[in-house]
Amino acid sequence: MSAAAQDIATRNAVIARAIIYAVLILFAVYYLLPLYVMLANSLKPLDEIRQGNMLALPQEWTIAPWLSAWSTAQIGVQPTGLKPYFLNSVLMVVPAVAISTILGALNGYVLTKWRFRGDNIVFGLMLLSCFIPFQIVLIPSARILGLLGLAGTVPGLVLIHAVYGLGFTTLFFRNYYEAFPNELVRAAQIDGATFFQIFRRILLPSSGPIIVVTVIWQFTNIWNDFLFGSSFSSVDSIPITVALNNLVNSSTGVKEYNVHFAGAILAALPTLIVYIVSGRYFVRGLMAGAVKG
Amino acid sequence: MAQTQAEIVPVLTRRQSRAPKEVLQDWLPKLVLAPSFAIVLLFVYGFILFTVVLSFTGSKLLPDFSTWVGFSNYVRLFNHPNWLTSLKNLAIFASLYVIVCSVLGLGLAILLDQKIRAEGLIRPIYLYPMALSFIVTGVAWKWFLDPGIGLEHIVKDLGWESFSFRWIKDGQMAIYTIVIAAVWQSSGFVMAMFLAGLRGVDNEVIKAAQIDGASTVTIYRRIIIPLMRPVFLSAFVVLAHLAIKSYDLVVAMTDGGPGTSTWTPALFMQKFTFGRNEMGMGASSAIIMMMMIFSIIVPYLYSELRGERRT
Amino acid sequence: MSFLQIRNLDKSFGATRILKDINLEIAEGGFLVLVGPSGCGKSTLLNCIAGLEPITSGDISIGGRSVAGLHPSKRDIAMVFQSYALYPNMTVAGNIAFGMEIRGVPKAERDKAIREVADMLQIGHLLDRKPSQLSGGQRQRVAMGRALVRDPQVFLFDEPLSNLDAKLRVDMRTEIKRLHQRMKTTIVYVTHDQIEAMTLATKIAVLKDGVLQQFGSPAEIYNNPTNMFVADFMGSPAMNLLSGTIERDVEGVKVSLARAHGEPLKLAISEPNGLAAHAGREVVFGIRPEALTDPDGADRNARSIVEGDCLIEVVEPAGSDTFAVTRLGGKEVTARLRADARIQAGQPARLAFNLDKAVFFDPQTQARIA
Repeated sequence: MSAAAQDIATRNAVIARAIIYAVLILFAVYYLLPLYVMLANSLKPLDEIRQGNMLALPQEWTIAPWLSAWSTAQIGVQPTGLKPYFLNSVLMVVPAVAISTILGALNGYVLTKWRFRGDNIVFGLMLLSCFIPFQIVLIPSARILGLLGLAGTVPGLVLIHAVYGLGFTTLFFRNYYEAFPNELVRAAQIDGATFFQIFRRILLPSSGPIIVVTVIWQFTNIWNDFLFGSSFSSVDSIPITVALNNLVNSSTGVKEYNVHFAGAILAALPTLIVYIVSGRYFVRGLMAGAVKG
Repeated sequence: MAQTQAEIVPVLTRRQSRAPKEVLQDWLPKLVLAPSFAIVLLFVYGFILFTVVLSFTGSKLLPDFSTWVGFSNYVRLFNHPNWLTSLKNLAIFASLYVIVCSVLGLGLAILLDQKIRAEGLIRPIYLYPMALSFIVTGVAWKWFLDPGIGLEHIVKDLGWESFSFRWIKDGQMAIYTIVIAAVWQSSGFVMAMFLAGLRGVDNEVIKAAQIDGASTVTIYRRIIIPLMRPVFLSAFVVLAHLAIKSYDLVVAMTDGGPGTSTWTPALFMQKFTFGRNEMGMGASSAIIMMMMIFSIIVPYLYSELRGERRT
Repeated sequence: MSFLQIRNLDKSFGATRILKDINLEIAEGGFLVLVGPSGCGKSTLLNCIAGLEPITSGDISIGGRSVAGLHPSKRDIAMVFQSYALYPNMTVAGNIAFGMEIRGVPKAERDKAIREVADMLQIGHLLDRKPSQLSGGQRQRVAMGRALVRDPQVFLFDEPLSNLDAKLRVDMRTEIKRLHQRMKTTIVYVTHDQIEAMTLATKIAVLKDGVLQQFGSPAEIYNNPTNMFVADFMGSPAMNLLSGTIERDVEGVKVSLARAHGEPLKLAISEPNGLAAHAGREVVFGIRPEALTDPDGADRNARSIVEGDCLIEVVEPAGSDTFAVTRLGGKEVTARLRADARIQAGQPARLAFNLDKAVFFDPQTQARIA
């Protein structure tokens, strides 16, 4: 560990540590504040927000904003709440994550254990695809979805998310399998195991951590996506992020801040739960996505 | 050993005639990879090409390859006040976002690295915003900074009647509110990157410096922070590319407003292509965005992949 | 006669030739050791035999059947890897039985085979453990068990002892030798450790830069190295290689070696063979430390022993022997004396050169000349 605790004059050290803790706590407050504001105000009646102080706890506790956000709030033209859109997101996320993770695992396996001439170019092109601004593929993607008859449908969004997640899932698995001993694959070959047997019996059982990392990464990214959702969905297939934005930015009627906050937390809940349950893997994914390897 | 880059697949040799099953096994790896690669080639590189071509056409509502206009979309783009606003905003946003996140991230990482007892509690608090959608972040900050109910209202409520904070409604200042929200979301992540870097510093180097009589501050300034160079580079690349792509947060917080004061290139592309039916110009703006990102990413990836092969 | 045969084998990665025209053969039941410094191509050669890497040209046959192009599992071989390559997710029993499982051997038969191998290697109590719960030596045994259970025509060992500590390495070496004597199966064994090569092999192939330097029995390799590389690589402490000059006068042929003090040391060569032709030229004179000793300790059966005085620079008592370092031909020379030889650093001592064991090389080509 690089923490350089030294035995300087103790008094100064105590003051220094007090300052360090004060700064750290101050920033903890900064990071928690928006979440607190959302939570506290989602449990207040609207008047209390307008009249009172956003930082105060509710005087009159109510879960009405949550119920409204979930099932009755006006989104677009329908007073459906976020429920159907939440469901759309689930229907979109699950297959997209599954498809991109499975393909990424197979790609990583081939790119590390069955190397061939030019494999680095293939990998380089897949890697680069992680970083393109998706604006550049919006127009042709809309076209191809139309041609496939998937425009404005949940399967269309699944396809798009699976395709544009491939680069990252391949990257994750490739880097993980790169460190997996080649000798194990060779031993299995001598034992007569086939391509898929080696994958299923030798690599896959050791892939738990990277599968978790990849699934969390893909889940978070796809759940939180707005660009594709807003570009390729129709009334029936709008994902939760887009619905939330519609809810908050609809110009008609009174601004129901408490409902907006409740809706925002609803939209954030799945990824927050994933983060709380498996933060370690979440961070590892972030790192792997950022600093490859 | 000379064979570290080993190919494991035995090549087909002429002498033995081989069972079809074995031949299949030889081709299987490539067959498995091929669909993914083909999809990426089409959906990424094919589509980029499509958009490049489109940017040279006069397409309006729909792609129209019959009207070839050369570079005129690009000329119009760089003469368009909204695009120039977008670029200016991107410059402000990206530079502040990168600098503030890096400084804050490094600072917090160093503080957290002082054998902090509650590190296990504090670290996840700093990092959780990264799990949120930009839309959620946008909603939270939009209302928190709203003069009517948010910060201004709160401070006034506390008794400071003359306090005014209405940046989000002010065309000159609104872009900075987006910086605040974006920094809130990403700085914890940069902190985690730096913390991992700090933890990777060789302990013996630090012990040697301590024996040489260097103070903690000196050790950080002269030894540890210079060793963080790769992390600075990674953080820069990640943040810069996120900045160029920034779209969701702007939509959620200001939707480009007031007026066009918080437009960014990504927003411009969307509004022109799908809002104003200027598909040709939208395409050309996307191309410019891609060129900006590639100019950062490609050299980085190239050096990373090369470095990997060397080790 | 030859059971495993490698003919004109070439192996390239892109433009780099890793193995150059290798020809080797070993009789059934033989123990072939491939030895050389790292990067010499020995592991690549082993992988080519296993079928884990394609060969560029040439042929490999096992038991008279060409195996080039055959899948590794079809070559009737088994391999023990440097890292042992135990499947981390399977138990010891699962590891040993995996190959049989793939081949569809019935469960009862598999269990019987596992038990036999486990008894032979005394790993019966480990069968339900995972590799991560085993010590290095235990993993080594499991890896051998996985190879043994195949009952192959050829065993391939890729530096199997290099991850063990020194003591265990010697024990396992003995165990491998004992196993080989009992099973009488052909073995190809890769190592960079020349002691392992000497102790285990019936035939040794010395490789360097992808070229076969010498192929022969351990005694041939040790006593009659074909070039300076082999002479230097095999043996510990290494053979002394020093430059000298061949002189020819009425008394016969001599090799003249510069000494740190005084006149050059001239050693008369009783059987000069081809050396006379090199008269007046510089040669490299090679003599192993045990052929350079105190006069009382010299081999009584040697035909040609020449004595000379040398200044001793360092004395290293090693218990069973005493090593003395002197300087000849401008180089440090190690002599191996009896443990109780009376010598002192800084003093001259009389040393006996056993010229039966001396070898001569051409300093340019590094090839043996006599």
